[in-house]
Amino acid sequence: MTRKICITVNGAAREAEVPTYRTLLDCLRYDLALTGSKEGCGVGVCGACTVLLDDKMVSSCITLAVFADGHEVTTVEGLASDERLHPVQQAFVDFGGFQCGICTPGQVVAAKALLDTVENPTEAQIRDWMLGNLCRCTGYYKIVESIQAAAKQERP
Amino acid sequence: MNSFDYQTPRTIDEALALLSEHGDEARVIAGGTALVTMMRQRLVQPGCLVSLRDVEGLGGIEASKGEIRLGALTTHREVEVSPLVKERAPVLAETYGKVATVRIRHMATVGGSLAHADPNQDPPVTLMALDAKAEIRRTGGRREVPLSAFFRDYYETVLEPGELVTAVSVPPLPAASGAAYVKFLPRSAEDYATVSVAATVTLDTGGERCREGRIALGSVAPTPVRARAAEALLADGRLDERLLRAVGEAAKGEVNPLTDHRGSAEYKREMTAVMVGRALSQAWEAARRALR
Repeated sequence: MTRKICITVNGAAREAEVPTYRTLLDCLRYDLALTGSKEGCGVGVCGACTVLLDDKMVSSCITLAVFADGHEVTTVEGLASDERLHPVQQAFVDFGGFQCGICTPGQVVAAKALLDTVENPTEAQIRDWMLGNLCRCTGYYKIVESIQAAAKQERP
Repeated sequence: MNSFDYQTPRTIDEALALLSEHGDEARVIAGGTALVTMMRQRLVQPGCLVSLRDVEGLGGIEASKGEIRLGALTTHREVEVSPLVKERAPVLAETYGKVATVRIRHMATVGGSLAHADPNQDPPVTLMALDAKAEIRRTGGRREVPLSAFFRDYYETVLEPGELVTAVSVPPLPAASGAAYVKFLPRSAEDYATVSVAATVTLDTGGERCREGRIALGSVAPTPVRARAAEALLADGRLDERLLRAVGEAAKGEVNPLTDHRGSAEYKREMTAVMVGRALSQAWEAARRALR
């Protein structure tokens, strides 16, 4: 069984005809060719698939694509504007917030969601918010430093 | 995942009609954090999903007649950050805030967490200690079930085919009361508990003795459970090591844990006594603060 869905992805209206069992992650990656979001654990634990659904961060691997019908989705591809990195992305580059990179799209989207929610988070707030975004290179100190640096930047 | 029919009713009545029509084939989906995960693992393969996501009037947090009413579609995150809940039942906001990660709390719903009936979840434990009731509707009828009588077994509740949890209502604690939720997490912060305990303490007018206390336990039985024999020892008791030890020992007799990767059954039983003591101490302290 399929369903036609209409999602505003990173500000642009997109349509897809998807099987009802399609996850939002697979819809983004295979129907809409947005391969930034990654599948890690596939059961909502690791955070590699983090996207924003109506500005709230969710695990897209356990979110059905049909849930997003008529809603807004933001992925890592939607953060930079006009070839300029989003301050969170720039901070991850400047402060070495990634090593192998597989978790990075999820980390960056989660960090953006945090800074949209709490303007100037404490280290404890950062660690609490980000505890569901796993980095198997274990580069957590640098990730926290990156987010602290981004919090000090002017943000769009 | 298997292929399924996906229905998006707009009203509660439409949702109930679809549930009656599809019977056992249908599963209700709201946030999907539990159900989609189980479907991805092929633990369940429903032929039809009835989505509550577009149903009007199932969300929201209200105060009515002194009670807090959480609509079934309210997300865990909404309860966690609700000023009303933080003011009237802070332990409830804290408990919902301890569930998994922010991502999960953004999607997982109050009603879904009850219907899912995984004994490892946090909110049912605290709701049980607070004497909350589930509001259940079916076409042409409604009933209220105390949470202490709602769960039957692992992933099983009293819900009949065609029935839907529409809200949970939480009565206020008496004056001079405090409550606490303690979640023992020896592995990682977003894990299910190895043992979890919700406790309430109501002090007498002198403020020294416990008039009434309630204890609910999670992750140590096929359902969340009230530790009634342990509670009985609290009446007219003074908070000291001897009482906490006796209550904890009694609670050990009311659990039936499984050995798994979060600990052996013996370990969970021992830690039940420890965590009951900690939860009671915290609830007692909160009750003293409420007296001042």
